[in-house]
Amino acid sequence: MNHTFVLPNSGHNFDAKASKMGMWLFLYTELLLFGGLFLVYMVYRSMYPDEFLLASFNLNVWMGTFNTVILLTSSMTIAMSITALQKGNKKLSINLMWITIAAAIGFLVIKYFEWGAKFDHGLFPGMDHFNALPTGERLYFYLYFFMTGLHGLHVIIGGIFILFVISGVKKGTVTPERYSLSENAGLYWHLVDLIWIYLFPLFYLIH
Amino acid sequence: MTSETLPYTSYLKEKTGIMSWLFTLDHKRIGLMYLYGIVAFFLVGATLGLLMRFELLNPGKDLVDPHTYNQIFTLHGVIMIFLFIIPSIPAVFGNFFLPLLLGTDDVAFPKLNLLSFWLYVLGAFFALATLIFGDGPADTGWTFYAPYSVKTGTNVTMSVLAAFILGFSSILTGLNFIVTIHRLRTPKMGFNQMPLFAWSLYATSWIQLLATPVIGITLLMIVAERMFGIGLFDPSIGGDPILYQHMFWIYSHPAVYIMALPAMGIVSEILPTFSQRTIFGYKAIAYSSMAIAFIGYFVWGHHMFTSGMSGPAAYIFSILTFLVAIPTSIKVFNWVSTLYKGSIVIEVPLLFMLAFIFNFLIGGLTGLALGALAADVHLHDTYFVVGHFHYVMFGGTGFAFFGALHYWFPKMWGKMYNKTRAYIGFAILFVGFNILYFPMLILGIQGMPRRYYDYLPEFTFLNQVSTVGSWITVTGLIIIIVNLIVSGRNGKKATDNPWNGITLEWQTKSPPPLHNFDKMPTIPERGPYDYPNAKRG
Repeated sequence: MNHTFVLPNSGHNFDAKASKMGMWLFLYTELLLFGGLFLVYMVYRSMYPDEFLLASFNLNVWMGTFNTVILLTSSMTIAMSITALQKGNKKLSINLMWITIAAAIGFLVIKYFEWGAKFDHGLFPGMDHFNALPTGERLYFYLYFFMTGLHGLHVIIGGIFILFVISGVKKGTVTPERYSLSENAGLYWHLVDLIWIYLFPLFYLIH
Repeated sequence: MTSETLPYTSYLKEKTGIMSWLFTLDHKRIGLMYLYGIVAFFLVGATLGLLMRFELLNPGKDLVDPHTYNQIFTLHGVIMIFLFIIPSIPAVFGNFFLPLLLGTDDVAFPKLNLLSFWLYVLGAFFALATLIFGDGPADTGWTFYAPYSVKTGTNVTMSVLAAFILGFSSILTGLNFIVTIHRLRTPKMGFNQMPLFAWSLYATSWIQLLATPVIGITLLMIVAERMFGIGLFDPSIGGDPILYQHMFWIYSHPAVYIMALPAMGIVSEILPTFSQRTIFGYKAIAYSSMAIAFIGYFVWGHHMFTSGMSGPAAYIFSILTFLVAIPTSIKVFNWVSTLYKGSIVIEVPLLFMLAFIFNFLIGGLTGLALGALAADVHLHDTYFVVGHFHYVMFGGTGFAFFGALHYWFPKMWGKMYNKTRAYIGFAILFVGFNILYFPMLILGIQGMPRRYYDYLPEFTFLNQVSTVGSWITVTGLIIIIVNLIVSGRNGKKATDNPWNGITLEWQTKSPPPLHNFDKMPTIPERGPYDYPNAKRG
């Protein structure tokens, strides 16, 4: 039982660089996941430019703008929480993460009302009003529901990720010296934010 | 090199009990669990293939009705592609040997590795559950082309979700390998001192990482279309089915290189060992893997020449397709040059590699015929295509898989297999394989379409030859697998380095201890294949 020897390059060592690299690679996959959707959007929008424009008038630009502000602010608070943790201020860091989660919930609530309004107006696939729309407008709404829906799912996943970091900081597994997890949650949150930054103009600000 | 007689505990005996396997973080045990799963699914897939060949023994109905036949070839494709060939070499030999080849004790994220394995199990469950739940397994073909995949009553949703989950497993494996290669190489081992199998896994992992998400989202769109009427691909409610084909092949063509590149890495490991000389053109082989991975992204359109595509687009896709042949043949020339003036030792793994080169040559050249625009119009969706990709996938990757299994068998289980039976099994498999698939190439040129359970009477003879070939192939497979199982139980004890290899996995014990190395492995000075006794110059 000669297990006293441990390789210096062991896979079981804590390696902050490796974990950050892994996170970046994962973000590439997320980008390509949405990239597929952006491609489909591009094709259909170039096929039906006028109908896409017409359909976009059904969205509430002010709600979209407000959500954009919320997400941008939450990106700032998560970045501040990482810096707070690195400087050793755990309490501030945790509070900033709670604010980020509150922003995520706020975003989803507004999204709920936006989607709800579409349902009330019969603008969901399968409803009579929707079925009467021309092809291009229907494609616009297919993409709207699919892309914002998938993005909403990512908001939820990002929120859960941050909850894990909060519990990690409380338990002492995420510390000012070992902050990879917090940094990775931040990276993921910025991605969620970034994708919205593209979705917002593509759906709300078309002209 | 004789093993020291110091007592040690191998990874197989370090811990016992079923839980120590199911929740292990040891890359070697995870690799073995993948192996058992993958070989089991290979046998299921092969059985389905055998059933299809049986149906095609005579024109008209022999065994199953057309609908069942459609389900059989779909399930055969889904199992063979997503459950066998994509994970085969990376998940089994990549997991087991990448850390050993790099001189480390595990992959960079051992827990993530276990998660990938469980995702594989979950995906397999979804794929097989279609046999029980819903209205039977999908009958769309493994490509799930819209709009049929949206309209058919069979359980496409679950098959598609299976592919999605398996894709996720594949992404996480690729991610793990990239970080492992960047962070965990033994000190002094630069990228250009890595064994070539590691290089090919590196190229493969990038494809897994960057291409798989595209199929993931496409398959989710199919699910959304079936469940919520999000009609992105069904023309009757708005979408464009040709766009589905593009989205599908943007992943699925690079996926072909996920299947082929690791096999090429295996060849580059085994040939130098049995030639006892350094590999010819190390850098050319390493970088051509990266080149194949790169070019592979831009050729997907060649699956769609007959789907309606502008002339210039078709020329460009065709030219790009031909470009892939360049790095591929660079590899083949280098392999052949490696054998030249080597001290060749004929062993079963080497024979598998030579068979790989032979089969892959046929598979690759028929691929060029399909990549040529004029020929493709004639050959598209005929048995020529079926013959072509089985030559590449089974004749290439499948043979490399079994070759690797024989090559590393002594390291994995510490036993040596029965060589006589292995020779016999190999010979029968090789002969059977060619009898099975070569007639398909001829049938395709004669115009027999693929995916039908029936054919015109003039195709009878060659179909019967092919079906007989399928029986011979299965006989060979059974001999090989039974021989390995029996040898694993009762075989002679293997030495630490039975083939006189010099990559790092041969510096540790057979089977390796849990932490792989009990002392620092030493890397050869002049690159990974620097055989001390080989003639230079």
